[in-house]
Amino acid sequence: MKSVQDQPLLRFAIRFGFLILLLGLVVFFSIAASGFAGARSAVFVFQSVAITGILALGVTATLVVGGFDLSIGSVATSALMLSAYVMVVMEQSAFVAVVACLAMGALVGLVNGLLIVKMKVPDLLATLGMMFLLVGLQRIPTEGRSISTGMTMPDGSTTEGTFSAGFLWLGRHRFDLVLDDLIPVPVVVFLIVGLLVWVFLELTRHGRLMYAIGSNERAARLAGTNVNRYKILAYMISGVLASVGGILLAARLGRGDIASGNNLLLDSVAAALIGFAVLGAAKPNAFGTAIGALFVGVLLQGLTMMNAPYYTQDFVKGAVLVVALVFTFALSSRKRGGGH
Amino acid sequence: MSATACRLSGIEKAFGPNKVLRGIDLEIASGQITVLMGANGAGKSTLVKILCGVHRADAGRIELFGQPYAPATPSEAIAAGVVTVHQSINDGVIPDLDVASNLMLDRLTQPGSGFFVRSRAMRAGAQEIADAMSLDLDVRATVGDLGVAERQLIAIARAMARDARVLILDEPTSSLSATEAERLFALLERLRGQGVAILYISHRMSDIRRIADRIVAMRDGQIAGLFEGPTLDYEGAVTAMLGHGLTAADITIPPVGAPVLALNGLRLSATGRPIDLTVHRNEVVAITGLLGSGKTALASVLFGMQPAAGGAMTLNGAPYAPRTPREAIRAGVFLCAKDRASNGVIPEFDISGNLTLPFTRRHSRLSFLSGRSERARTGAMIELLGIVCQGPDDAIGTLSGGNQQKVMVGRWLAEPSQVLVLDEPFQGVDIRARRDIGHRIRETAADRATIVFAAELDEALEIADRILVLNEQALVGEHRNENVDLNRMLAEVSGLTAQEQTTHHMQA
Repeated sequence: MKSVQDQPLLRFAIRFGFLILLLGLVVFFSIAASGFAGARSAVFVFQSVAITGILALGVTATLVVGGFDLSIGSVATSALMLSAYVMVVMEQSAFVAVVACLAMGALVGLVNGLLIVKMKVPDLLATLGMMFLLVGLQRIPTEGRSISTGMTMPDGSTTEGTFSAGFLWLGRHRFDLVLDDLIPVPVVVFLIVGLLVWVFLELTRHGRLMYAIGSNERAARLAGTNVNRYKILAYMISGVLASVGGILLAARLGRGDIASGNNLLLDSVAAALIGFAVLGAAKPNAFGTAIGALFVGVLLQGLTMMNAPYYTQDFVKGAVLVVALVFTFALSSRKRGGGH
Repeated sequence: MSATACRLSGIEKAFGPNKVLRGIDLEIASGQITVLMGANGAGKSTLVKILCGVHRADAGRIELFGQPYAPATPSEAIAAGVVTVHQSINDGVIPDLDVASNLMLDRLTQPGSGFFVRSRAMRAGAQEIADAMSLDLDVRATVGDLGVAERQLIAIARAMARDARVLILDEPTSSLSATEAERLFALLERLRGQGVAILYISHRMSDIRRIADRIVAMRDGQIAGLFEGPTLDYEGAVTAMLGHGLTAADITIPPVGAPVLALNGLRLSATGRPIDLTVHRNEVVAITGLLGSGKTALASVLFGMQPAAGGAMTLNGAPYAPRTPREAIRAGVFLCAKDRASNGVIPEFDISGNLTLPFTRRHSRLSFLSGRSERARTGAMIELLGIVCQGPDDAIGTLSGGNQQKVMVGRWLAEPSQVLVLDEPFQGVDIRARRDIGHRIRETAADRATIVFAAELDEALEIADRILVLNEQALVGEHRNENVDLNRMLAEVSGLTAQEQTTHHMQA
């Protein structure tokens, strides 16, 4: 059997192919689209992928334990609505709003995990059910309307609270870096979350055990791993990160917009799956997920600057995803040779 | 005598370098039940798979009723009239459909059977099949609601509905109770009366005594013995299956230390007999027995994977009743599970990740893994067990089976234990790796109690100070590994001499 070890070119392509492709794209757009190369443009790319990237890092945690979380998009929009409700209707502080959202995300993750671990509901179905439930739930308090200051509530009262400045800071403030007002808070949060998830998955024993569960759950259990606890933990990470994404989205929009975040689920799942192909990992990984999110961001930004119409965006994302999946499953799987 | 239905001559089959069948000559006669016996790895399943079209033989010929027969696919085998009922019953039935659909499934898959399902016609057809087999079943019942035995009967009835002339059953009673098995035997006897040639694979002695007309014993890919005639030599068949050339290995039995693990009246199932056993420090105990004798159940109870049905265990004098593997490991009881591919190996990890898996806490500070510490321990184990590899970072999949098994054993040798349980540690391992693993287990045994489960007697003889025999979930024999009375042990393994067994049990 001819193993990949004997084919250095293929091995190189599997390992670095996606990064080279990303680099190639950047170079291409820098030449072809004027204004693409530059700090502001780069920051714009980061900003466009920060929220989906954070959600994607959460999904990555569930993918690592061999699961899947379809509820992240609706957790994020629920957090968006909840933060607006807490501040605008209940007239609470930004701090209370953030804590409420994070707690909600953790709770949803816990319920997802318990459904999967204790009730033995298959992961896709459990989180699909949760997605539906949340999409509906977030509309009930306001009878399906978006939340903004001065709106009339179902009981006839008028909302008087506002999004506090501190909360809006999370979505709109920009830190100075060389240039004034360069780096928005969500980008910083994305980078920090990415680093934390990477450290957790790659460097700690908890991450190691989670990968073991994803690779051979039975063997991990027989090695004394508390499989159920790690699976629940993965869904809680996913829920909390999705709510972080929702908070940042709310802070950017400044209102509880019921129609926002429709694309969050698909975009972030795509980023996590594209991440399989980065560095030939052939498995979910935090670095790959972040690169996957950036890849999509670069491609869309470049195409937009070259005047590609907006409606081609999903097609482009889909094409990238399919190519990445071929990379992962057709090429990298040969890496492990025949064997059982 | 009956006519030959199927004649195999010189069948050979190899998987890579591993020769599984080395020239099988066998005849299966119509109107007879031929029992095929053989230990794990003897090549029974491979032979069956060649007959039912899953594998192709590398060499040799098969004749079916005088015609050459070489099925390339299972459906070709079925079309030729060779039908197989596999060990896992659910391969043979579709649980979500009703009995009628299951019985008529093959007619549904045929072209020209129409687009719409004609329920009434189908139920009538199914009833016909059931009546022909004297099956007393409601054809409207959903198969998933039925018991294992009924599913098995349905699978066989469905097989027979295809005008089978040769019926192969692979360990059909492994999950049946005695009364359920009796229904199966009654059906098989009727089919024998109809002139069907039946090849019955089992090593349950009670089954074999009940229904065998002929016994074929296989060992190491060859026919080790053929027994026929009015009185069958069951003992001879077991000896042939387990090997004639059994010799006690060169074992010096050290003095045992203090008792570590004690089983007091432990029951593996509600109907099982109580097991009493004490294992000492610096002692290697092998527990042997055929498939279904309770070895796996005992290992599961010891490691907290299933609760005991009765009785108690003590570890160093304190009560021991683990509810999870995690608790067992905490208490110092380690299990190197059998079937490493599904129970042991993490395919995506390297050697080091596989080896340190249960003890990542020892290799991390504040949860952060120390690669250096892991590699050091792995390097030591590679050295100790003689694992052939480039280094600790090799992917586990690049190793041979024997070396993978060494990693699995090394996983549990890497930390000190009170009791080390190894379930079939020589499964799928070549002879050299087997020797290496056996030596290391014995060398490191001083500070713990060691229990090895092994179905093969020669493996038990090679590693143990003391050999215990398990049969029908009861300890039926105990042998100090010195001048072992092999005949008595073989008799105990096969459950041949019920009288003797009870006496040994009383003495134990």
